[in-house]
Amino acid sequence: MRRRNSLQSDDRRIWLIIAAIALLGVLLVPLSQALFGLRFSYTVRVVAVGGAILGLISGALGCFAVLRRESLLGDALSHAALPGVAIAFLLAGRELGALLIGAGIASWLSLRFVAALLATTRLKQDAALGIALASFFAAGIALLAYIQSIPDAGQAGLDHFIFGQAAAIIESDVRLVSAVGIAVLLVLALFWKEFKLAAFDPEFASANGFRIGRLNALLSTLIVVTIVLGLQLAGVILMVGMLIAPGVAARQWTHKLDQMVMLAAVFGAFSGGVGAVVSALDSDIPTGPTIIVAAFALVLISLAFAPGRGLVWSRLRARSNRRRLAARNTLRDLYRYALAHGASDSAVPDAFIRGVGDRSAELGLRELRAAGHLTFDADGWRLSPSGIELARRRWRNQQLWDLYRLHADKLGLPLVDADRQLDIASTLPPAAVAKLEKLLPGSADA
Amino acid sequence: MQTRDKVALSIDDLTVAYDEKPAIWDIDLDVPAGVLMAIVGPNGAGKSTLIKAALNLIPRAAGTVAFYGQPYERARPLVGYVPQRGSVDWDFPTSVLDVVTMGLYGKLGWFRRPGRAERELALAALEQVGLLDYANRQISELSGGQQQRTFLARALVQEAQIYFMDEPFAAVDAVTENAIVNILRELNKRGKTVLVVHHDLQTVVEYFDWVTLLNIEVIASGRTSETFTLTNLRKTYGGRVSNLHGGQLLAASAT
Repeated sequence: MRRRNSLQSDDRRIWLIIAAIALLGVLLVPLSQALFGLRFSYTVRVVAVGGAILGLISGALGCFAVLRRESLLGDALSHAALPGVAIAFLLAGRELGALLIGAGIASWLSLRFVAALLATTRLKQDAALGIALASFFAAGIALLAYIQSIPDAGQAGLDHFIFGQAAAIIESDVRLVSAVGIAVLLVLALFWKEFKLAAFDPEFASANGFRIGRLNALLSTLIVVTIVLGLQLAGVILMVGMLIAPGVAARQWTHKLDQMVMLAAVFGAFSGGVGAVVSALDSDIPTGPTIIVAAFALVLISLAFAPGRGLVWSRLRARSNRRRLAARNTLRDLYRYALAHGASDSAVPDAFIRGVGDRSAELGLRELRAAGHLTFDADGWRLSPSGIELARRRWRNQQLWDLYRLHADKLGLPLVDADRQLDIASTLPPAAVAKLEKLLPGSADA
Repeated sequence: MQTRDKVALSIDDLTVAYDEKPAIWDIDLDVPAGVLMAIVGPNGAGKSTLIKAALNLIPRAAGTVAFYGQPYERARPLVGYVPQRGSVDWDFPTSVLDVVTMGLYGKLGWFRRPGRAERELALAALEQVGLLDYANRQISELSGGQQQRTFLARALVQEAQIYFMDEPFAAVDAVTENAIVNILRELNKRGKTVLVVHHDLQTVVEYFDWVTLLNIEVIASGRTSETFTLTNLRKTYGGRVSNLHGGQLLAASAT
């Protein structure tokens, strides 16, 4: 029960975070106008909306790339788009639709190229991806250099596709991106259950009649489309960051796929919007890097502070575990020594307990003393009544577990994991514990 | 049992080759309906390969497989599958209940979402494997044995006629082993056919009434009491069966 409640409160927290960030994102422009007196031109607002939408789509789709361990594939696919952009320019001129279609074709070809390399050679996936990335990107750079040398094409600004340039985004671009983006998200929603199963356990999906090859192809296509949409903003080099950073950050906060995707979407929208606005304010700042800086700030915060998985919390947890274990061991050592030297409240020399416990003895003594289980006098350490009581209970618990291991079969007791750290009374039914207690040799204390 | 007259799984001339060397070679196998069958054999004998090839998960070089007389494409709803526990990422963001519900996706088909009925079925299966309290747990919190039981529950909701289980007993605790055995017997009682890739030769006689000894080829297959003999084991494992305590755990003491 307690756990179920805590899970629900976890859920509430995640949805709150999602709502808060979404609200912050929506209010970003009006708020900064009101608070800092910033004046945003129409252009900047268009750019902000475009950035946010692209971030939203790539954040949502990127989750699947992260979970399927295909982050590097995303990187290869986005680098590989560059020659497509260049060739489309040579064929059709500077027409965004044409450039993006070119990018998509090149990116998709690189996907087939990687698959072919894996199928026909003994190359491992990382090597195949490296080959595809480097060769396609190199071809793209060479083609761009050639285009720059054509007299009247130099100002086409194709090199913006390398690092991204938000300032170039106009309203019709945003409309195009939104329409395609909504289509992508609809497909994702439609195949939600299938994508989840294919990402978690492709073999089981296949055994249940789902065509795993086609599902993978569909998901890869969606990712290619997402990459292509984001190229103008983030650029081919850093697009992968926009794809995976929101997912990585979101994974830290939640254990549910739907929440992860939503959270990644708002993380993506937030960093996309912020990055686009910052770079639009000064046209010298490329957009890709600013978006990625914003996204990775979220990643760093998430890696450090997310409850449960965050580094800070796991450090704290490890420390409190160490203390608890130290206290446990030290109490046991003190009790044994005291019993062997008369009674449970006999003094234990400081040198002895530090000798057996090493560094953890220091920790354990401090813990026990703070809890009132221990006093220190001229003769050494002495267990207080509460300490003796605790030690006795633990000792009895261990004996009961040992008896359980020996006799559970014979007594017909229920089968459970015999973890001696657990309280046996809370693991076994009372009747079972009573049966074991009958086997105890007299009283636990001599 | 009268159901035994029917053949649940019929494999003919099945061969699978990853490279030039075959992983399994010319397998002919008829499994009667309603048996609890262990597939045993040394490492690299092709036990998992046999299962995966039967379920069309890997390409066959040759051969046919029929389930209750039908090809796999038609018999799919009759077939349940428990893959090896290590085959998935247990840090995937999902809950135990969700994983078990995945067993119903095949029946739901494309696009349809699981609802309340599916949730009830999944919870019932979790109760059967003793994990009801864990339904809302994140799967990364599970122990190895609990992961195995989760997979088992996912197969149970499939309500299949014939189950394929790939090493369900590998590296599990006593509680889990006990739970799995109980479920195998329960399935057996309900007339289901269960094929289990098994490693522990000591428990074959106790747990299974049918056995197939495999080493690339089928060495022997049949009733455990007639088939699980020292001679057959020697043929399967070579000379490395000395740890069977003089054959006392074998069916017939063929010493």
